[in-house]
Amino acid sequence: MGNHARVANMPLLEVENLKTYFYGDDSVVKAVDGISYNIEEGETVALVGESGCGKSVSSLSILGLIPSPPGRIVDGEVRFRGTDLIQLPPSDMRRYRSRRIAMVFQEPMSSLNPVINIETQLTEGMMTQLGLTTRQAKDRALELLETVGISDPERRLAQFPHEFSGGMRQRVMIAIALSCEPDLIIADEPTTSLDVTIQAQILDLMQTLTRERNMALLLITHNLGVVARYVERINIMYAGRIIEHGSSTDIFEKPSHPYTVGLLNSIPRIDRDTRSSLDPIPGQPPDLARLPDGCHFAERCRNAIDRCTTDYPQTVQVESRHTATCWVADEIYSNYAHHVIPAEAGIQRGEVGFPPIAGEMSEGQRGRDAKCPSRPENKR
Amino acid sequence: MSNQNGQETTAGADPSVLIEIDNLSVEFPVSSGTLFSRNRAIIHAVDNVSLNIHKGESLGLVGESGSGKTTLGRAILHLQKATSGRVLFDGQPINEMRGRELRNLRRRMQIIFQDPYSSLDPRMSAGAIIGEGITIHNLASTRAEYNRRVAELLEMVGLNAEMARRFPHEFSGGQRQRIGIARALAVEPDFIICDEPVSALDVSIQAQILSLLANLQSELGLTYLFVAHDLSVVRHISDRVAVMYLGRIVEVATSADLYSNPQHPYTYALISGIPVPDPRIESRRQRVVLGGEPANPADPPTGCHFHPRCPFATDQCTIEKPELREIDTSRLVSCHRAEELALEGV
Repeated sequence: MGNHARVANMPLLEVENLKTYFYGDDSVVKAVDGISYNIEEGETVALVGESGCGKSVSSLSILGLIPSPPGRIVDGEVRFRGTDLIQLPPSDMRRYRSRRIAMVFQEPMSSLNPVINIETQLTEGMMTQLGLTTRQAKDRALELLETVGISDPERRLAQFPHEFSGGMRQRVMIAIALSCEPDLIIADEPTTSLDVTIQAQILDLMQTLTRERNMALLLITHNLGVVARYVERINIMYAGRIIEHGSSTDIFEKPSHPYTVGLLNSIPRIDRDTRSSLDPIPGQPPDLARLPDGCHFAERCRNAIDRCTTDYPQTVQVESRHTATCWVADEIYSNYAHHVIPAEAGIQRGEVGFPPIAGEMSEGQRGRDAKCPSRPENKR
Repeated sequence: MSNQNGQETTAGADPSVLIEIDNLSVEFPVSSGTLFSRNRAIIHAVDNVSLNIHKGESLGLVGESGSGKTTLGRAILHLQKATSGRVLFDGQPINEMRGRELRNLRRRMQIIFQDPYSSLDPRMSAGAIIGEGITIHNLASTRAEYNRRVAELLEMVGLNAEMARRFPHEFSGGQRQRIGIARALAVEPDFIICDEPVSALDVSIQAQILSLLANLQSELGLTYLFVAHDLSVVRHISDRVAVMYLGRIVEVATSADLYSNPQHPYTYALISGIPVPDPRIESRRQRVVLGGEPANPADPPTGCHFHPRCPFATDQCTIEKPELREIDTSRLVSCHRAEELALEGV
């Protein structure tokens, strides 16, 4: 390795038109259906979406970890410093996993092998990927455990996963991910199963370590709060596709896709008091095996126009480095853009929700008297 | 907050109180170690908790896993036997009741569970799940009335009357949770414990269920104990919030006060651990990240349980257990240094 000359302006990772489908007996589940995004060296990027939107499948596709059958990458490229990983034979792919791209999974309970001690799990990658001797690998393992905040590493190294708490296991996972000094870490919901105070510990740790080492981080999460705290750029996914992309501040201040607006209005915010600020999105995500014609979100969308149910929308650039895949993206963007408070102005605490979208509000849906709409949900 | 720790109160002394929890403790014996060197220990899952729930209010109960919040909820319903202390429901001591008496009282209190996948019997139709309580408590005199009531409940929670014939696997997670809510409402309770009702759901569905619960509460005049680990969810549904750590209540305050002005360092750390979905506010927030993990409940720290993780702990905290005390009219805190610390909320 090491023969990858860093080409100026080339992103670290470019995912282009990636499609991963799962083939059942009589249906095709389009889990990832043509997504494109990129990650620059040392950058933290988020892939945000609800369960079933394809965010995990897209990250597994990058590393060629899709179980096949039933899954198959049917189209697209995943270029890592210019090399298309999808075309690589398995033996070459192995040199990228953990060496160039490491992964931290959601379930610290199930992603470590319960019958192998921590030392073996932590040193395995370093010996096979970096060619370290057992002794060298062990020394580095001790260092790594200390780096991720595990005290008494000598004793801990000999222990098995069940002797660690959930937070500690996730620290071990991070140590394993760091062990081969990768250029990119993919963290798939790394803190979802952990307690609040432990979540903050783990995310702060990941942020510090990736910054220190100039590693890029792809954070896959459903939690927009986590995104706001740690991420520079965001990709919002819905039903297998990216529907909005932009910098963290742009997405939070000038959301331009109705689904993003809906998500932002659905999160109970810890800094807001009124119960009325919650404004749920009606209905539920579509079945990925039976996607509707037109925009996948149209059925739940308050801003939908006739065209939305027939044609899948084009991706619109609403401002520099901010795109949304929606027929009315420009309108929604301009609606929020002029509500943005200039950076130097103070933050108004307790402001309620996002301002309504012009003209498209129906049935007094905002506020406390919004009945939980059940109609779209019943269609299934 | 008229009656505090240890004070005996006569039944029904304060008519605004629906549930009075009085020095309640729940202990579990555990054994650890190998077969030949057994260690016996006692876990104080709920450690001498006193708390009142007022009629028509929504009280949030917050804590991390292992804090005893679910056990406290179950002990209130007498689904879990208390080791000591008592719970008065509308002035009647629940833990002294048996048989028919207890069953009649149980009609007035219900629970909505966390996991909509495991809390519904897969072999019962939605209608049968919802209607079971109606039959048990003889709330419908005719078959037609029963059917009408089930249909009404389904619609009340935003489902269709025709869905009564379907089985749990035909519903999504959000819809199942709606069935769980309809099941709880079927017996026309006064009080519902919502035990992490939205933590298994996606963001957009979570908001739907939270709004539904809030609407039902105001329409039906229900009293809620809302148990959750997510402080932002709790804020949206609660009038008051109680924070638990290792079996003890460490702070109780109105929702607005607790979040804007926490007085216990643990509450402060919990609030600070939750990111605000707004990058601009996030970048300016003052934060504390706690070191360590919650202690082993079988071997809790001396003095204040929180002292090993507390950035403000003094020698006193390691020795002396802080009592839950009233520091102003609507707030209880158990911290020796509550008055001198100036903690920032959100």
